[in-house]
Parts: sequence; C-alpha cells; structure tokens
Amino acid sequence: MAEKKLRVLVAKPGLDGHDRGAKVICRSLRDAGYEVIYTGLRRTPEEIVSAAIQEDVDVIGLSILSGAHNVLFPKIMGLLKDRQAGDITVIAGGIIPDKDIPSLEKIGIAKVFLPGSSTEDIVTWIGKNVKGASSK
Amino acid sequence: MSSLSFEQDKFTTISGKKIKELYTPADLDGFDYSKELGFPGEYPFTRGIHPSMYRGRLWTMRQFSGFGTAEDTNSRYKYLLAHGQTGLSVAFHLPTLMGIDSDHPLAEGEIGKCGVAIDSLADMEILFDGIPLDKISTSMTINPPAAVLWAMYIAVAEKQGVSPEIISGTIQNDILKEYIAQKTFVFPPEPSMKLIVDTFEYGSREVPRWNTISISGYHIREAGSTAVQELAFTLRDGIEYVEWAVRRGLDIDEFVPRLSFFFNAHNDFFEEIAKFRAARKIWAEVMKERFNARDPRSWWLRFHTQTSGVSLMAQQPYNNVVRVALQAMSAVLGGTQSLHTNSLDETYALPSEEAVTIALRTQQIIAHESGVINSADPLGGSYFVEALTAQMEKEAKDYIKKIDDMGGMVKAIELGFPQKEIADSAYWYQKAVDRKEKIIVGVNAFEMEHSPIPTLKIEEKVARQQLERLKEVKQTRNNTEVKATLLDLKKAAEDDKNLMPFILNCVRVYATLGEIMGALKEVYGEYKEPITY
Repeated sequence: MAEKKLRVLVAKPGLDGHDRGAKVICRSLRDAGYEVIYTGLRRTPEEIVSAAIQEDVDVIGLSILSGAHNVLFPKIMGLLKDRQAGDITVIAGGIIPDKDIPSLEKIGIAKVFLPGSSTEDIVTWIGKNVKGASSK
Repeated sequence: MSSLSFEQDKFTTISGKKIKELYTPADLDGFDYSKELGFPGEYPFTRGIHPSMYRGRLWTMRQFSGFGTAEDTNSRYKYLLAHGQTGLSVAFHLPTLMGIDSDHPLAEGEIGKCGVAIDSLADMEILFDGIPLDKISTSMTINPPAAVLWAMYIAVAEKQGVSPEIISGTIQNDILKEYIAQKTFVFPPEPSMKLIVDTFEYGSREVPRWNTISISGYHIREAGSTAVQELAFTLRDGIEYVEWAVRRGLDIDEFVPRLSFFFNAHNDFFEEIAKFRAARKIWAEVMKERFNARDPRSWWLRFHTQTSGVSLMAQQPYNNVVRVALQAMSAVLGGTQSLHTNSLDETYALPSEEAVTIALRTQQIIAHESGVINSADPLGGSYFVEALTAQMEKEAKDYIKKIDDMGGMVKAIELGFPQKEIADSAYWYQKAVDRKEKIIVGVNAFEMEHSPIPTLKIEEKVARQQLERLKEVKQTRNNTEVKATLLDLKKAAEDDKNLMPFILNCVRVYATLGEIMGALKEVYGEYKEPITY
C-alpha cells in the first residue's frame, strides 16, 4: 500500500514579488517526493491559513522578503491556533535578521532558513522533524 | 521545453557557459576592428558611448535608498549628498510600488519597511524638502504607478519654482520585466503599455531631460536568469517599447534618446564585462538597422548598473564588501553611466548608515585609487573578452529572433516563455551550488560561525505616523476638487487620451496614489498571474 505523501504548502505572505526562492523550493520538495501546493504571490494570513486547512497540509513554508514578517507571521500562527490547526509544522525563509529569529521561534515557527541554505538542508530538516516524513 | 543547456565542466561561468583554457588570435578569426568595435564614442559603441569615457565625467554614484517616512529618507538623502553621492535614487515601500495607500489592508506590516512610504504629494514635498531639483537628478524605481509618482515629482519641482524643462532623472516604468521577473504588476499588459507610451510622448514634449524608462535586466537576473538571458530579454523588452511607441506615431529620434537601461553586475567578472559591451553593440545595430533611427543619440545604450543582490550572503557578511567591489569594477570596465553598490548587510535588512557608507566608498576607491578610469575600455582587444563579447552577442540575438518569431515580448510573456527559461536557470544554479559544483565562499565551502551584525530596524511607529498624515491629508484637502479630477482621469482613460496631464491635475489637489490607481483599475482591470513553478 502506498504511503500517504507528505503535503507542503509553500506560501508567500507580504507584498514582495520575490518568488525565486519559493519556486526553487517548490521544485526541490516535489523532486524529493512531497506533494507541493504553491499559493502564488501576496497572500493574506487568512488566505494562507485557509489554504493550509483546505489542502490538509503537514507543513507550511513561508517565504517573505519584504520585512513584514514580525507583523504577518504572528497573525498566521494565531489564526492556525484559532482554527485548531496548530499541529501543522511551520517553517520560514527570506530576508529575516538574526535578532528576529528568537521571537519567531517563540510564537511557534519551527525553523527559519537564512539565505544560503541549501535545498537539501530544507528537505533533510523536514525528513527529520515532521511526523510521517520518513518516506523520503 | 527549455532551450537551455548547461555545461557540467568545472571551468564554466556562473551562467554555465564553458570557458577555454586559452584564447588566441585564432578565436578572433575575421575580426574587423571598425565593424565589431569602433572607437569609443563611435558606432557600434562596443567600446563605450563617449570618446573619453570617465576622463570626461565619472559615472554617477547613485545609491538606491529609502525607508520609513519621508522625513527619515529626506535626512538619509542629505547625508548621502554630503558624503559625495552625485544623484538620488528613491526606493519606495511596497504599498507605493503596488499603487495602494498605507491605509489599505494589504499594507499592514509593510509601511516604510523596504522603502519610503509615499501616499500623496504631501509626502513627496517632505521627501525633497531642501533638495534643489534643478541641481540634482533623481531616479525613481517605480513601475505600474510610475506616471503618478513622476507627476508628483513634477508638482514638487513646480512648487520649488523649477520648470519641468529643467528637471532630470529617471522613472523605471518598465512593466515587461515585472511580468517576467519582479512581479510588481497592477494592470494587464495592454493598458500598461499604453500608459508607458503616454509617458514617452509627454516626456519628449514637456520634460525633455527626463529618462522616461529604465529598461531593466537587473530583476531578470536576480530572478535567476543567466547573463545571456538578462541581455536578450532586456533588449527585446526595449524593442517592444519602441514598437508600441512607433505604432502610436511617435518619431523615433524624438523619444528613443530618452530610453535608458539598467543591468545587473553579477559575480562572473569577464562574463559581465562582455555582457555590457555586447549590449551596446546590439542596441546600436537594432536602432540603426531595424528602426532606421538617424540621430546617433538614439543608437546609444546608456545604462545604470547595480551590483547583484542575490550574490550577497548572510554567512560571514563582511565578505560581501569584496563581492560588491569586484562586481562594481566589472560595471566600470563595462562602461556604465551610473552605479549603485549594494551594502554588506542587505541579506538581513535595509542597509545601516555605516554599511551604505562603505558601499559608496567602494565606488570612490574604484574611481580615485584603482586607475581604471584613465583609459576608455581598457579590456578592448583582449582575445578572451572580445571572443566572449561576440559569443554573448550571438546567443542574445538567437533569443531575440525566437521572441520575434513568437510575435513579440507581450506574446512571449503570455506563453510564459521568459518566465520558464528563468525558472529553469535558477533551479539549475541552485542544484549546482547544492552539489558544490559552484562554490560560494562561507556557504558551501570555508564555512564558519559568525556573530550577528548590527542592522537597521524600522520601528512600527513609522506606520502610525504615516497613517496619521494620510488621514490629515484626506481631511484638509478640497475633496470636491479631488473627486472632479479623478472623474476626469477616468473619462480620459475611457477615451484613450494621453493620461499624464490628467494625472498631474489629480496629484496637484492631493488625490492619493491609491485613489488615482483605483480610478484606473476601474477602467483597465487587474492582471492575474498564472501560478507556475
């Protein structure tokens, strides 16, 4: 019996249009055997959380380069909790200063990947840290 | 299907182009100096657009800058000008770039973050307070709402008593590369192109010293393209704008001299120099042969360069100073007219004052200490550089032909062609880095721990201040006038008139950016991007 594939939502909150990283990660995760759903650009926290619940994902990867992470990430995390979806693993990447990372981890972002992270690092991290990700 | 092929050889450029062990006269077989190069200042301008290049005048040192409120950015401009910067370059925050006001729901968290917040003429007046617009040239990185921000600039100049005929600067105003790469779009392609041609027409009549477009490869490269793709897609975008303007009935030699270009300076030193040289040659030929331009100024490809943002690394960030210096050197050896050098801390945040000072000093060291400005096109005649320039030219022309065959760039974009080519290149490069076929110092080799560096933080109070000012503007202006000018604008858009005079009337009575763009959205609709990866 085929194992259920892990489902990942790659989401772009914020107004920036920098989607190079998000797209490379979508492709890398797909090549690693995951089901990938990409939201496209400029999604509100509400849209991201609704998509995550509708698509029944195991992981959300947030990509943001606009500097609005300190405002938008807490909103997303709060909405996930409100809708009983706090079990979804949330990871993030983009232009995020080191000093913002502790407060983002505190609100439940499991891992922040800085520029220069390899796609392998991300795939490996998911494999090790997300329940049911052993398939790959 | 992608048309790309990447060499797996160890000795390739960052774009995957194979480089030979040695170049000799055999690589320049049949090379004709006057046909391929010419002297600097002579057709086809491969060696530069001016005879004496930087001896006559150095490039303009133009640091892209903007953050927080108009007051914050105004003081950064005064600081930069006091330290030897020679032109201004405005970075707007994302809501302004998208044509919405700071009180729009999507602006939450973004106010003043990656640029300065401009909602109305009131903000623009503060931004340029105490800066004489008859003496300083200003570049504005703004695309879908370019006509509106340009109108605000003209209005500020008027208030300073400076005539539009005298002001100089650039609006980016390049929508094609937005659909292709940077993704800051509002209207669909047709009305977007119409608005751009409006600015060409208005500019050549009323604001003759203004560059009404900066046709940009920078963002195409940052999105992951190769050097050849950057070159080819940018020049083909340029051709597209010229075709649309000619169709409107504009005279080539009246508007083409006001077109300018904007390229990336990436890591691969010689590939970049070859790219800049090939760009000048292809554009000169296209203008002379394809469009029959007669004024030599129409043959000139004048360009701004910015060092590559994506090449900067979060790991061991001080290494970025060295990357920037090398990239900036390639732009100077390639003959750039103006230059922005990135700051070492930009993988973390907008640059601190200290970081931006080092970036500016880097340009000053190249200009005043390295000696590279003494002779025009110092690498001209190098077997390697000339062979690489010829190869870039050929490959770019192949791409241009392919896009011609598709029916032009707007058609190619609708087919997703440039978008797919770039995504494939970006993916190839990331995999090459992951496999360590391409080495990035401090990232996949020579790694070590580093301590955090100080970064600029935009306080949330900026948002409060901006929202208060916007509210005040809306309360104190004459709202009847605002309504009337917006209605006139809408009518003019429906009647397909040149919109510049109507937009100017709106900004003069303090209609906001969001209101003006909103009126146009009602007529033109909004672009929806197909989601692919």
